[in-house]
Amino acid sequence: MLNVIQSDVVIIGAGGAGLRAAIEIASENKDLEIALLSKVYPMRSHTVAAEGGAAGVAKDEDSLDNHFNDTVSGGDWLCDQDAVEYFVEQAPKELTQMEHWGCPWSRTEEGNVAVRPFGGMKVERTWYAADKTGFHMLHTLFQTSLKYPSIKRYDEYYSTELITHNGQCCGVTALDMRTGQIRFFRAKSVIIATGGAGRVFPFTTNGAIKTGDGMAMAFRAGVPLKDMEFIQYHPTGLPGTGILITEGSRGEGGILVNKNDYRYLQDYNLGPADPWPRKKAMELGPRDRLSQAFWHEQKKGNTIETPFGDAVHLDLRHLGEQKINERLPMVRELAMSYMSVDPVHQPIPVRPVVHYTMGGIDTDINAGTSLGGLYAAGECACVSINGANRLGSNSLTELLVFGRQAGRNAAEFASQENASFDEKMLLEKAQAAADKVMNLFQHKGNETIPNIRNEMNQIMEDGAGIYRSEKSLELAVQKMSELKIRFADIELSDKSNVYNTDLIQALELGSMIDVARAMAVSALNRRESRGSHQRTDFEERNDKDFLRHTLATYAGDDNPSIDYKNVVITKSQPAERVYGGESK
Amino acid sequence: MNSQTSTSSPNIGKIRTLDIEILRYDPDKDQQPYFQTYQVPCQEEWVILDAINYIKDNLDRTLSYRWSCHMAVCGSCGMMVNGEPLLSCHAFVRDMPDKVKIEPLENFPIARDLIVEMDGFMDKLSSVKPYINAAEDRTIEDGTYKQSPEELKDFQQYTQCINCMLCYSACPQVALNESFVGPAALALAHRYNLDNRDIGRSAREDVVASNDGIWECSFVGACSEVCPKHVDPAAAIQQTKIAATTDYFKRFLMPWKSNNKHTKSKDDNSRQSSTKGGNDETGKR
Repeated sequence: MLNVIQSDVVIIGAGGAGLRAAIEIASENKDLEIALLSKVYPMRSHTVAAEGGAAGVAKDEDSLDNHFNDTVSGGDWLCDQDAVEYFVEQAPKELTQMEHWGCPWSRTEEGNVAVRPFGGMKVERTWYAADKTGFHMLHTLFQTSLKYPSIKRYDEYYSTELITHNGQCCGVTALDMRTGQIRFFRAKSVIIATGGAGRVFPFTTNGAIKTGDGMAMAFRAGVPLKDMEFIQYHPTGLPGTGILITEGSRGEGGILVNKNDYRYLQDYNLGPADPWPRKKAMELGPRDRLSQAFWHEQKKGNTIETPFGDAVHLDLRHLGEQKINERLPMVRELAMSYMSVDPVHQPIPVRPVVHYTMGGIDTDINAGTSLGGLYAAGECACVSINGANRLGSNSLTELLVFGRQAGRNAAEFASQENASFDEKMLLEKAQAAADKVMNLFQHKGNETIPNIRNEMNQIMEDGAGIYRSEKSLELAVQKMSELKIRFADIELSDKSNVYNTDLIQALELGSMIDVARAMAVSALNRRESRGSHQRTDFEERNDKDFLRHTLATYAGDDNPSIDYKNVVITKSQPAERVYGGESK
Repeated sequence: MNSQTSTSSPNIGKIRTLDIEILRYDPDKDQQPYFQTYQVPCQEEWVILDAINYIKDNLDRTLSYRWSCHMAVCGSCGMMVNGEPLLSCHAFVRDMPDKVKIEPLENFPIARDLIVEMDGFMDKLSSVKPYINAAEDRTIEDGTYKQSPEELKDFQQYTQCINCMLCYSACPQVALNESFVGPAALALAHRYNLDNRDIGRSAREDVVASNDGIWECSFVGACSEVCPKHVDPAAAIQQTKIAATTDYFKRFLMPWKSNNKHTKSKDDNSRQSSTKGGNDETGKR
């Protein structure tokens, strides 16, 4: 019989958002029992890899309105403005809270927290801990969480399916990777905080664990995925490995040049090149524009050939060794180790790389979803503060602000929840979920995981990359739907119960296929260009038809169905995005 | 040691086939661990993790190991590479001989193949209370603490630990006494002790200065040598020993001092006493 673990709130994912949610519940509702599930130990979560910093108004000459306006125009007006207002207002408080918890923020000489500029930002407001901000935030949150005995961790538990009844989420089934045993985590409310899905693509900054599991789980349980066509390419990844070189390196004054040593961004409405550095211009333009400029430079033959594909040069040499060591130590180490380039003496070859999923589980400003008792926060969710293009350093803050929000509201839901459920029936549903995993485990078939995964990666890169078209997307949709059928015919080689990573990879691949289909179908139906979603056949933004969020709803083997909902506009009417010399 | 700062120009695209010998163990079916060898056509710019991923995808689906970030920050992929504890994502093929032997991290029980049991390590981390024990009840409205770049520098290197456990694998004392709190956890305790926002040193001392704490360290320094993030746990432990010894003698010389629950190793005059985080164990050593 299935083993049942009772708690008040289950949190799936123990990265930044999940830990922030857990701490909020534990510190404010001491009698609630929390089960914190994660497929990896918390400090392995991908929050760890964020480098540059976290945005929150800090300087006197800055304002919440500035942060709001930068975010909304950066997102090409697809952000929900009520959520952005809440976000910018909470941001400095959450970052201050992190400081009280010990986060080693870099400091000014006066002993205050230092801030640096990031792309698309009018006044510098990125709090940073050298260039290891995500690492320090994750470890600070993890270590702080150890204070609270009511947070019971289930490390290396892979969650497989939400158990729902009558529009309410009642828990989740999860596989204990150490023993192969599946357990039913029965809870009054559930928070999903599982991060992004960059691994759908072949070339990504995302770690191996970023397979969209939480998105897929909510999707299959009937919650729509919102704005999945918006995938951010970070302009500066190392060729070959895709290792991230932080935007902070441009915030500190780094420049991008093509094979002629020319700062090509001035040809893409981001100039003039000098004076430099200055905000919202050139290398401090938004990520979508910079990645798109690379694509055009490549078409023009202006990029630099490397054994790992074309690149441009990120030049930091003029910053000098001392500043590089102090502000960008990890960038130097990464470039030296993985590219054999010392940025003190040589420019770093870089190219755009899949980095972030703006879309995700459709949540409201309370981090709630269409299922009662189900909440989501962080990259897996779409609330939406990021719109069509996330501004660098908003996501680390987002996981604090909305992680806390999810924690608070899930706690409140759990405290008030007194509906009685037919527990036997819930257990049967959980057993059925466990049986599905068992069937996958025992299935005989002709397909292998690496083959299907490689094909998926290629389909998505070819069909849904930086620039897309009706033709490329139709092909991607069709091939992904064939791949979904073929996936049902995989056979596992590993028959062990203990740390069966063959089985885990199969489950992850299943998640990625569902998420990839939502991305491709959503992109096909958005016949305009906005932010990170650029169509060669519809080059203009079309507010009349598409100032709306895409909602993709799961339909099993069929393509997801597509619907739309209005964007919340409070005080900023859609306008042209202006960067470079004319920006204010 | 490994080539953390190697800048030798890579033979990009060059393929070299390595004989990679990996320790295998599946408790579901194996009486004892054994070695299995794979021939892997490696690109010269690869890391060992790439070679292991090649095996997993092309040669043997049953091989189990942990990894995620591939950029030496998540701390998942530590293993013994030719007898040396390394992050496999930071162990470069260009530095490897033609035969490479890979084993799970030493001084940990093997769960399966290259995956070790981490329960003990996780317990040790939390045992040192690695979180701010605040000097004051500071609210969000009070804003951030003042902390000068120099005060940050005091503890900054000890914040760099990624919990990869290489130091536990290298430590001869961990090998002798599995209860030894160990380098990473003791360095983490030291990190918070040195932080000017924290007054929790005495609360940590009953673990840090216990028989399984700092006094178990024989100052071989292997922990600091293998650390991929240049943390110096050996120095942290030595500094903690000095501070704890001072406390011990202060107890005889100035008994009233040892009753101050918030004594810090550094000058602490600016701090007001707090109602939080008191620990009755203080001074019992």
